[in-house]
Amino acid sequence: MVDTLSYWVLPVTVTVTVLFGLYKRVKVFDCFMEGAKKGLHTVYELLPSITGLVVAVTMLKASGALTIFSEVFAPLADKLNIPSEVIPMALISPVSGGGSMTFFEQVLKEHGPDSFLGQVASVLMGSTDTTLYAVTVYYSAIGIRNTRHTLYAGLLADFTTFLLASFFVRMTLY
Amino acid sequence: MMNYVFPVLVVLSFISAAATGSMSELSAAVIEGGTNAVELLIRLVSMLCLWGGIMEIADRSGVTKGISKLLSPLIKLIFPRIRREKDALEAITMNITANVLGLGNAATPLGLEAMRRLQNINSDTSRASDEMVVFVVMNTAAMHIIPTTVATLRGQYGSVSPMSILPASFLTSFCALFVAVLSAKLGNRFKRGKHHG
Repeated sequence: MVDTLSYWVLPVTVTVTVLFGLYKRVKVFDCFMEGAKKGLHTVYELLPSITGLVVAVTMLKASGALTIFSEVFAPLADKLNIPSEVIPMALISPVSGGGSMTFFEQVLKEHGPDSFLGQVASVLMGSTDTTLYAVTVYYSAIGIRNTRHTLYAGLLADFTTFLLASFFVRMTLY
Repeated sequence: MMNYVFPVLVVLSFISAAATGSMSELSAAVIEGGTNAVELLIRLVSMLCLWGGIMEIADRSGVTKGISKLLSPLIKLIFPRIRREKDALEAITMNITANVLGLGNAATPLGLEAMRRLQNINSDTSRASDEMVVFVVMNTAAMHIIPTTVATLRGQYGSVSPMSILPASFLTSFCALFVAVLSAKLGNRFKRGKHHG
């Protein structure tokens, strides 16, 4: 059911907007082109910072740093009753959405989506966004360099997700 | 920020690769990273152009204003200092609406428009304003009601009930969002106090 519903959201949004534009006698396509041009300009602004970010993140993923840090965090997770298998996923998710997706699918494949591990990983995956990417894109689009405490606050939220995911899975499903 | 993050990531990668003996992988990653960036940017071009266009239609036809009015009590609660800045509030509302509906692709372009409008009322254009910090932090957390991507994947991997994680996911996201906004606001207060003193 939800599957079908989610297929409807996107087309409905686009169609309703266009229909409403017609109803209000807006020159729909001229408007569209104007907005699209702005979008193109934004991409131009984003190009340098995105390139830098993606290169650095791709390097980090290939370097084996994740293995090292996962071992560092394992005792802490153990104390908090968090399955250590989800640590790499939680570590990579603030930096790379594609990276955490790879780990997520691995957990689903190896442990099954209805295992405790699969459920915790699902909650983790559904409750976070790629923090570093969002902060970089949002600020570099308008040329702000001093982002103050944005990144810390974002990472703190990610850490909250990591701490609470297992807890809420136990609470609601067991 | 990137002046710290970029070198940390690069140096950390180099040391880790040296320690774990994965220098050949790292070498390949430097080249692969450039290609990945271009692929991502191409996806961004289509996304930003499409939703930039749709947003413009929504703006001119008054859809934006309608949605904004509907959600304005909530938005004003989170951004009390810019109560009167209609333009910025409207774009913020559109971004949050897209996020809640799970339209991730639409949320980014709408969010960037909001950032542009917040920048117009920013007193120091090289430094993030209080509202920007709160707004960006909200966007680093997940605001969607239904985690569709996750549910779809769970189904593909043979889950008996792909949506069973919904309550746990909702509670976790909500707490994370709360922590995000709270820590952003606390940081705002702390930094401002220091500035005046």
